[in-house]
Amino acid sequence: MTTASNGVGHLTEFPDPSSEFEGADWRPSASLERIRARADLLGRARAFFAAAGVMEVETPILSRAAVTDPALASLRTSIEGPGGDRALYLNTSPEFAMKRLVAAGSGPIYQICKVFRDAERGRRHHPEFTLLEWYRPGWDHQRLMNEVADLVRAILGRPDMPDERIRYRDLFMRQLDLDPWSASIESLRCAAADAGMVDAGHLELDRDGWLDLLLTHRLESGLGRGGMTFLHDYPPSQAALARVRPGPFPAGERFELYIEGIELANGFHELTDADEQRRRFMDDLVVRRDLGLPEPPVDDAFLAALASGMPDCSGVALGLDRLLMIAAEADHIDQVLTFPVERA
Amino acid sequence: MAFYSTNEFKGGLKIMLDGDPYTIVENEFVKPGKGQAFNRVRVRNLKTGRTVEKTFKSGDTVEAADVHDTEMQYLYNDGEEWHFMHQETFEQMTANAPAVGEAAKWIKDNDICKVTLWNGAPLSVEPPNFVVLEITETDPGLKGDTSGGGGKPATLETGAVVRVPLFVQTGELIKVDTRTGEYVSRAKDA
Repeated sequence: MTTASNGVGHLTEFPDPSSEFEGADWRPSASLERIRARADLLGRARAFFAAAGVMEVETPILSRAAVTDPALASLRTSIEGPGGDRALYLNTSPEFAMKRLVAAGSGPIYQICKVFRDAERGRRHHPEFTLLEWYRPGWDHQRLMNEVADLVRAILGRPDMPDERIRYRDLFMRQLDLDPWSASIESLRCAAADAGMVDAGHLELDRDGWLDLLLTHRLESGLGRGGMTFLHDYPPSQAALARVRPGPFPAGERFELYIEGIELANGFHELTDADEQRRRFMDDLVVRRDLGLPEPPVDDAFLAALASGMPDCSGVALGLDRLLMIAAEADHIDQVLTFPVERA
Repeated sequence: MAFYSTNEFKGGLKIMLDGDPYTIVENEFVKPGKGQAFNRVRVRNLKTGRTVEKTFKSGDTVEAADVHDTEMQYLYNDGEEWHFMHQETFEQMTANAPAVGEAAKWIKDNDICKVTLWNGAPLSVEPPNFVVLEITETDPGLKGDTSGGGGKPATLETGAVVRVPLFVQTGELIKVDTRTGEYVSRAKDA
């Protein structure tokens, strides 16, 4: 006979074992050796771009506008000033501002800066992290992949590190016998179940969501084993800010770099068509509205820069914390950060 | 009804899945370079003890399980159920065999146990890490046979059988580690 009544309020709550680490621990979570490794990595990156004739720039962390990508959550703050308070967004990448510089005739540029993404925390995610982003006017994404590989070899000190390229479509066809351009949601759901994800049936995902699930849960870990793998030519629905190359299988000219199963960089042969870019922003906002997500202001200055005649170019953003994790053989991002957000 | 967002997931969080209470063992945030983020979690069913892997869309919410741990004193077994008492409120509760599980092998009257409650009713019982129990039956031994690690089986007053050294005899009290089920030492008294 259970006589629970109202006794719950008197019952002892056992402390969560993790809470004992939430005290006033002032020490860095990275070892001094890894803090030095970061300094070394930053030095090598700057030396690489100095030798390549790429100019270092700084752009604002705070912006009146924010990214529209529904999968990215901007942190928001406000500024007091003449005319009252205004909302400002912390950048999720310096992309829009750097493209404005390219449109203004900067030539090749790079930046090493902090970026911010809300609700991203895990072994390889931290809401504040360091991006190395650069732009190459006149280059396509294939040529930029060569330079990314050279940079990684220089930073890791592995001049013979091999690299390979594989198209998104070929990866899915080869590993899962699925054509990501035409597979039905049902067949994607079945592929997830076949791959041992017994609970996959419960998930409500759109096509790209299923592709993301299969990529992150079943395919990524095999990429970049013993070297670098560039995954490229994405489904047009995942082109993001890349141009779409027409053809029987139109492809977003986008690439991602993987090393030892870790996604390190995302690059585009940049979309320079302002009208198309505005359409994509508006489509994103519709999705955001459907999902009940914030609808931030669109970056009109960036669209104006594209409309002014943005040169053909390619750009890439590389996560330096993750590259440092690989260089310093760390298996948690906290091991390469001085003070993680929980005790920042 | 309380809900947790996947952003609140961490080890030890108690959630409801398919009508059963689970505890999160491990939570991993995974996200492609662009696109849908997921929380891949390993969860243990608090009723069956089975651990499974589940995937959630990041940002989804899951019902919280009303699960609490409490220390209670074991009183007696009435032949079907085990009776426990909260030491401060003197409130009594009964736990059935599935809830008591392996703990039944180790606990005797007055032992303080960790009782996990779900919606106010015992869901599982954890015995003290160390218990002192009397040996009710063991071979007299001392025959010099040291095969099988130099021990012999001994039946305890609760019915549990543990391996003990050859010199330990029927009627003696011994200390046992309930987490491993291994003999620790002889004990003077309970």
